[in-house]
Amino acid sequence: MSLVIENLTAQIPDRQILNGLNLTINPGEVHAIMGPNGSGKSTLSKVLSGHSDYEVTAGTVTLDGQNILDLEVDARARTGLFLAFQYPHEIPGVSNANFLRAALKARLPEGEDIDAVAFYKQLYTRMDQLEMDRSFTGRSVNEGFSGGEKKRNEILQLMMLEPKYAILDETDSGLDIDALKVVARGVNAMRSESRGFLLITHYQRLLDYIQPDIVHVLMDGQIVLTGGKDLALKLEEKGYDWVKDEVLATA
Amino acid sequence: MPDTLTAPASLATTAPTPSADLPQWFAERATTAWTTFDSLPIPGIKDEHWRYSNAKRLDPAAFHRATPAPESAEAEAVASSIGLSDTAARLIFVNDQLVQSDTHALPEGVICETLTDALIKHPEVVQQHFMQREAALGSAKFAALHLAHVQAGIVVIVPKNVVVENPIEVFHWVATENAAIFPHTLIVAGDNASVTVVDHYRTLGEIPAFSCAVADFVAQPGGRITYAHCQELGNAATALHLSSTSAHRDSQIKSFQVQLGAAFSRSESISDLLGQGSRSDMISISLPTASQVVDQRTLQHHAAPHTGSDLLYKNALYDTSRTIFAGLITVDEGAHFTDAYQTCRNLINSEEAEANSMPGLEINADQVKCSHGSTSSPVSDEELFYLKARGINDHDSRKLIVQGFLEDTLSRLDHEPLRHLIEQRIESKLASIA
Repeated sequence: MSLVIENLTAQIPDRQILNGLNLTINPGEVHAIMGPNGSGKSTLSKVLSGHSDYEVTAGTVTLDGQNILDLEVDARARTGLFLAFQYPHEIPGVSNANFLRAALKARLPEGEDIDAVAFYKQLYTRMDQLEMDRSFTGRSVNEGFSGGEKKRNEILQLMMLEPKYAILDETDSGLDIDALKVVARGVNAMRSESRGFLLITHYQRLLDYIQPDIVHVLMDGQIVLTGGKDLALKLEEKGYDWVKDEVLATA
Repeated sequence: MPDTLTAPASLATTAPTPSADLPQWFAERATTAWTTFDSLPIPGIKDEHWRYSNAKRLDPAAFHRATPAPESAEAEAVASSIGLSDTAARLIFVNDQLVQSDTHALPEGVICETLTDALIKHPEVVQQHFMQREAALGSAKFAALHLAHVQAGIVVIVPKNVVVENPIEVFHWVATENAAIFPHTLIVAGDNASVTVVDHYRTLGEIPAFSCAVADFVAQPGGRITYAHCQELGNAATALHLSSTSAHRDSQIKSFQVQLGAAFSRSESISDLLGQGSRSDMISISLPTASQVVDQRTLQHHAAPHTGSDLLYKNALYDTSRTIFAGLITVDEGAHFTDAYQTCRNLINSEEAEANSMPGLEINADQVKCSHGSTSSPVSDEELFYLKARGINDHDSRKLIVQGFLEDTLSRLDHEPLRHLIEQRIESKLASIA
């Protein structure tokens, strides 16, 4: 039982971005992927969630034994994969509460509906944890939200949907330190033995608040270095050029 | 040959005979209208008011005037007339015949009669307001046809300071193939009076039929009228809805149209802002599917200073459907400090669907705030991806986006049960979309 990425190779027209990436995330583990701009970090999240701009040309991704690359975007999500977007989209006119209800309902057998009372109880509990005002339930999804509010809203969805594996794509970008702490608290509250995380980030700062078990460095669409959380500190101190030298030295 | 085997005479050839019970002025207008109808040609495609459309879709030769439906059809229509649960009055017409009426919950003094009864009981007030506005947006011929044939529909007159809390709800059914009905709605809100009226237009089954409706609203100083029309005729039917509002000083008129049925539906809506401080909201929703055509013409006419009008038309198009929107704002000389807005938005769900928009402005006054705009865009791939990434399937994601798109029209309906009813009707159409 784990999220297993093997030899994942993917491209946009005319350009290969992932070059045979291997990564296994077990439930209970928090992995961080760091890398310079253009290394393929965000592509990895989009490819895993099934965005149609990217074509997978080789490799496999299995979630608890199930091959997910053949599944549509929505079906992948329903297997228990969650992506917290770097740039969450605005959905005019669709309230946050209706959106979450629709997402939860999509996980129930045809014809069944969620218990509205229990839903709101859970929703308010989670919003309180994220210090989100109740008015966000009635507001259109992400419309007019500040950067920090959008990121909190992503974590709120994570908390409500309780996925088996969550990918957080640059969740720290655009957050001030207070917002970062709140978001991190939300993520930490969701850490459990049965849930795996993949944090994609450019900076080490996020990892001060969400402590990873394993840190990987992504370059040119491949994981080139893996270590403990001290690897992130080293990166912060020495920069990504240091990795290049390191990799070349061991090659 | 027995009568039953004779094909009914078409609308184009039979001059109707007004009932002898009706006031003479009305009989004269009906007779004159027939002459007008007969003398006017069906507008051609070069007629500016029919650009991108085709008036032949309303060819009266294809229809005959509805005659009373069999009792079983009337009973079926009554059983299917499910609408609001709390109403001040509820009337059901089948083939232009009143088959059920319940007006007991109306406040004292409110007149809510069928047009025929109102003509007999309150001839002066009906004469004062009945079809006073010229059909200036292209359908003069069909307005004349309506006047020549009209007998069904209602007249609502709310006396000064009377507030009718619950809506008056009217169902108009066509139960016979190729039959035409002529539903009429006249609402007069007295000084500071308030009333809400809902018209439903439906067919019994998927039959070709023609609903040729006229609705006129008059709000006296401080009066408020909310009107909704919910057009759910069968997909083989033809719909015409000509409406006018006359807004006097400090009055407010809100009109909602919901176009869901008919192969071809045409609406012409005129708002005359006649008194200072008056305001008109014109809101429309359509969800055409298959080869449905929705043709919408509007005029916001500001004749007095400090008046406001706000038009918001939203169309979500599917399949090979088409919409046509032509809207004009005119601000008369002296109508200073006018606020007039006109927005038409089209959400395109199919590459083969087509939305045509022709917004227009004519301003002859100073200190005026006016804007008009129209947009057409496909459903955003990124929005869809976001919803699907949360596990919502393609069909439901698209439905959510369309519902979201329509939200700012529905949110203008401040009557909660009415809003809920319209949401349900939209939901039922959305559920039928594969």
